[in-house]
Amino acid sequence: MSIFAHQFMQYALLGALITGLAAPALGTYLVQRRLALIGDGLGHVALTGVGVGLLTAQSPVLTAMLAAAAGAIAIELVRERGKTSGDVALAILFYGGIAGGVFLVALSAEHTNANLMAYLFGSPLTTSRDDLIVMAVLGGAVIAVAVGLRSWLFAICHDEEFARVSGLPVRLLNLLIAVTAAVTVTVAMRAVGLLLVSALMVVPVATAQLLTRGFRATQLLAMGIGLSAAGGGIWFAGVYDTAPGATIVLLAIAAFAMVTVATAAWRRVRRTRGSPTAEGAELEPPEVVLTR
Amino acid sequence: MHVSTPVIELEHGVVGYDDRPVLHDVSLTVPAGQVVAILGANGSGKSTLVRAALGMLPLASGTVRLFGTPLARFRQRWRIGYVPQRVGAASGVPATVTEVVAAGRLARRGFLRPPRPTDREAVERAIATVGLTERRHLPVATLSGGQQQRVLIARALATEPELLVLDEPTAGIDAASQVAFAAAIRHFVASGGTALLVAHELGPLRELVNRAVVLHHGRVVHDGPVPEPLGHHAAPDHDHVHPHAPDEPPGIWDGGTYQ
Repeated sequence: MSIFAHQFMQYALLGALITGLAAPALGTYLVQRRLALIGDGLGHVALTGVGVGLLTAQSPVLTAMLAAAAGAIAIELVRERGKTSGDVALAILFYGGIAGGVFLVALSAEHTNANLMAYLFGSPLTTSRDDLIVMAVLGGAVIAVAVGLRSWLFAICHDEEFARVSGLPVRLLNLLIAVTAAVTVTVAMRAVGLLLVSALMVVPVATAQLLTRGFRATQLLAMGIGLSAAGGGIWFAGVYDTAPGATIVLLAIAAFAMVTVATAAWRRVRRTRGSPTAEGAELEPPEVVLTR
Repeated sequence: MHVSTPVIELEHGVVGYDDRPVLHDVSLTVPAGQVVAILGANGSGKSTLVRAALGMLPLASGTVRLFGTPLARFRQRWRIGYVPQRVGAASGVPATVTEVVAAGRLARRGFLRPPRPTDREAVERAIATVGLTERRHLPVATLSGGQQQRVLIARALATEPELLVLDEPTAGIDAASQVAFAAAIRHFVASGGTALLVAHELGPLRELVNRAVVLHHGRVVHDGPVPEPLGHHAAPDHDHVHPHAPDEPPGIWDGGTYQ
């Protein structure tokens, strides 16, 4: 008897799989920009949106997305100006977002703390058919942007100044990344929750880049890892009755740890075997080799 | 008499950072086919000049025309290949040499257009020009500093530009890469290209340069043949730094790919 015979488990699985694909697809650009924690901040801001939705009896998913998008655009404008005070401005935005969210959710009388926990840490087992449709549409949009525009998004994330000289629509693409990150947060809210969203955007990418040489390969492998962690996490949570969102994230981190150890061991084996032609053993002077 | 349109025309350019003027009333015309070097000490305004000419910095006053078109209306960005001052070609996520160079082709390819065979060929040709064909599938982060700089020039060449703008192209790179670099630029100029390069010292590029513009405190103090190194170095507040590789014979520095 498979646990996936239950319809709610099927919905939970599908929702998590969409999240597992979409989050690392977009997260690759955030990691490339060294903005790995932005997803976390957007999750905080989205909680205020959830609070607004619950208070005004609107769809919390819609209001969360609008809040996260507004936050993402604000962050992008701060980043674009390159202000040194941007760091503090972002911190205030993030903490204001989560405090405002908790405040508003508490204000909405008919909602209890359990509800807040569901938004913060995910509740994939309560995914409804309508939820699933929204997740599929938004997740599909995220993947279409992140994979379909890879060449252009890579160019602006890799070297923004060069992209500007090349005449690429840098500002438009930056805002597109920001808004897509906000949509990703909203998609992932149900599966892993707003506080763990960032983990699925970052950890699979960190794992993938231990194994890959190129950007495209990293993105695709990260999507595969995200998909596996999401599917495995839902299965594990269903069988052993653990918290699904946390299980997904812990699985992703376990994969990262295993790959880190395995690649380090592999490198050591190759070095002790002393094959001089193995890796980068050209006669490059060490002082001009730049590390990542 | 027919006079072809200059590639860059900067007239009475003034640029200031936070009210501190860095360029005072600088005019510079680069005709097609010329190789112009902007020389000067650190802080003389060399990089500012080229950045303003390409529209990366706003002019407080003055005008820029690129290929005869005022900067604000200039859209044919693929005619310019830009090599930024090296900050390393690597970034947060690994990227192969081919991926980085292909980013340079986007200006020519057009927004949202899938790559055509000619685009792929241009990228391969650009990589071959800088002698990195054997390493095209390697992550740029694993290359030496000089090889990374060659990746950036290949990226600029991938758009098949008419004008190459290089900001301190040879600073701090090894001898083999400097030679590879000079060869790539010689090839570009021989095929009719125009080049504007900012340099602290010319090194192996010296023989290619047919005009030098020397800046001093944001003003042009020399415009003509390349000045003798001695005179340049003897300038009163010449701030001399040697970012070069140690003086080793080139053979040691040669990774073996480029001859």
